[in-house]
Amino acid sequence: MSDPTTNAPADTADSTASQHTAGAFDIRNIIGALLGLYGVILTLAGLLGAHEPEKTGGVNANLWTGLVLAAAAAVFLVWARLKPIVVPAHVEPAQEDATRPGPRRHPGGH
Amino acid sequence: MSRLAPLVPAVQPLIDANWLDYLLVGLYFAFVLGIGFLARRSVSDSIDFFLSGRSLPAWVTGLAFISANLGAVEIMGMSANGAEIGLPTVHYFWVGAIPAMLFLGVVMMPFYYGSKVRSVPEFMFRRFGTGAHLVNAISFALAQLLIAGVNLYLLSSIVHALLGWPLWVALLVAAAIVLSYITLGGLSAAIYNEVLQFFVIVASLLPLTLIGLHRVGGYGGLKEKITSFAGSAPGGAKVAPAGQQLESWPGQALSGFGSGFLSVVGIVFGLGFVLSFGYWTTNFVEVQRAMASKSISAARKTPIIGAFPKMFVPFIVILPGMVSAVLVKEMVDLKGGGHPAGGASGQGVKYNDALLLLMRDVLPNGLLGLAIAGLLAAFMAGMAANISAFNTVFSYDLWQRYIRKDHSDDYYLRIGRLATVAATVIAIFTASIASSFSNVMDYLQTLFGFFNAPLFATFILGMFWKRMTPTAGWVGLASGTLSAVAVAFLSEDAFGSASRGVIPLSGQGASFVAASTAFVVDIVVSYAVSLATAPKPAAELKGLVYSETPREDLVDPEEAALPWFQRTLPLAGIALVMVLVLNFAF
Repeated sequence: MSDPTTNAPADTADSTASQHTAGAFDIRNIIGALLGLYGVILTLAGLLGAHEPEKTGGVNANLWTGLVLAAAAAVFLVWARLKPIVVPAHVEPAQEDATRPGPRRHPGGH
Repeated sequence: MSRLAPLVPAVQPLIDANWLDYLLVGLYFAFVLGIGFLARRSVSDSIDFFLSGRSLPAWVTGLAFISANLGAVEIMGMSANGAEIGLPTVHYFWVGAIPAMLFLGVVMMPFYYGSKVRSVPEFMFRRFGTGAHLVNAISFALAQLLIAGVNLYLLSSIVHALLGWPLWVALLVAAAIVLSYITLGGLSAAIYNEVLQFFVIVASLLPLTLIGLHRVGGYGGLKEKITSFAGSAPGGAKVAPAGQQLESWPGQALSGFGSGFLSVVGIVFGLGFVLSFGYWTTNFVEVQRAMASKSISAARKTPIIGAFPKMFVPFIVILPGMVSAVLVKEMVDLKGGGHPAGGASGQGVKYNDALLLLMRDVLPNGLLGLAIAGLLAAFMAGMAANISAFNTVFSYDLWQRYIRKDHSDDYYLRIGRLATVAATVIAIFTASIASSFSNVMDYLQTLFGFFNAPLFATFILGMFWKRMTPTAGWVGLASGTLSAVAVAFLSEDAFGSASRGVIPLSGQGASFVAASTAFVVDIVVSYAVSLATAPKPAAELKGLVYSETPREDLVDPEEAALPWFQRTLPLAGIALVMVLVLNFAF
């Protein structure tokens, strides 16, 4: 927090040996997975299930929402694949504050 | 809550959900808990989770910033307002949120970030010392408990509507769900869940809005229906004229003022300035999201980027409420002055049911499940945010600072857990208070008036006037809050039946006046007390007061190298222009 340059991706680019991507922890993959599952389920419900046109005014709402959600999920997954988040090898620990010390890790812990 | 309902589900479920809907709801819970488990495991064997959190791009922190606020209170309360008074409800977004979010990013964030405090009460402590810190920390903790209760009440009303359980059973079960969600997910998973929640909410409310509009014949059809409804409604129903429901300004239907000019002044000063600046710039839950980002530039941009999605939220929240009021039989009946039976509370349909009833009428099974998941997501996130903010302030700002100073981390962790359980129990009681208010928004605005309006006055004076003294800090806060309480008691209905009715104001108008009074009283009292007491030495005010802080501490040297659309001020300018255009268009 004190020095903005230490966390900048540009600086960590030289130390490629120890860095890796966030992978499954990337929020875009999590969003993509949930929206994708919703999209598939709703699309199937729209194709196979009861249509209920009297509620929606004639539109197959499940089908259309399902398709849009699947497309949105694809965008998130592709985006995460094209520009992965790179985890820097070293990050400074949280700062201590004299007026209110932050929680410390256990000695012997990680 | 006054009488005990039978344990066996006696009420017919409001919504006819089937296995498909439960599957979609279950899937959401699986993801939320899954994030919690991942976060938990990562603590011991890897720090990837937290690192990817720390290097999150600005769009994620911006979304988390508004997501923390896009709780069920907002969704249900705003759609309720949309159903009751129509388009003027947009002022809660375009006047009551965006300008304050931009102000937070442009003006105030450098002080929060630059002074390296980790909570808003801590800034109070550094600037004004113990008195103001105590007043702020205690009133913030109390407000979080009360708002958590409102969130819990809305959550239980959904469970009640969905499963047909008696309200008090739903209340207890919902509280247990939230408690396990917080203990399992913890603070570390909060930001991920908030971003996920945002997308689930949009995915559920957007189809609801589009299908609803399709059913009434588009926006043109909605206008016609509202116009003919307002024309034919019985006089006793007090339905606002169609012109007031379909134009955002002057918003008399919202403020309750007779004169259009006073209404504009009330909305701009009361809602737009005092209430909203008080809320957005001093609320620890919101500010903390931005304070945690990696540079002063990212911190400033967080609320500004959040402003862009925020200005379009009313379209998926208020429009469904307006559609509901002309399409759903019970809502039409209610707005026409009737008292239809049923509703989420089981004690008659209320405006808060607008969204649920519209879901029942227009969503097929499948989409219905998605919508329920979205609402539950909003409830849980809202309440979890309140309770975890309460935790932090209670354990560190109150317990550690004033009661038990030098204990181990495990000790404070345990205190935090106990505080979580206690807060949940207290929220159950506040939930029963909330259920006696007809419009949850009134209740919330009243609370914000008490806690946030004087807070903003003290902050802004303290940041820009170095002469302001520690004594003035707490005396101003206390007298501002008390004056708001006094106005609320003297109004017609700000405190429900407890109000005395001496001042002829009701509804939102009373909240605006109470908040404005608190603001003015705080400024005047702070000024007077400052002149009579001793200020802090100037050396202690560096980073806390504008005139004592070097200019280079308030800006990010890296920012000049960024392209213009990634810089703070141009982004804020674009947001301001867009929100002005929206104000003129509607």
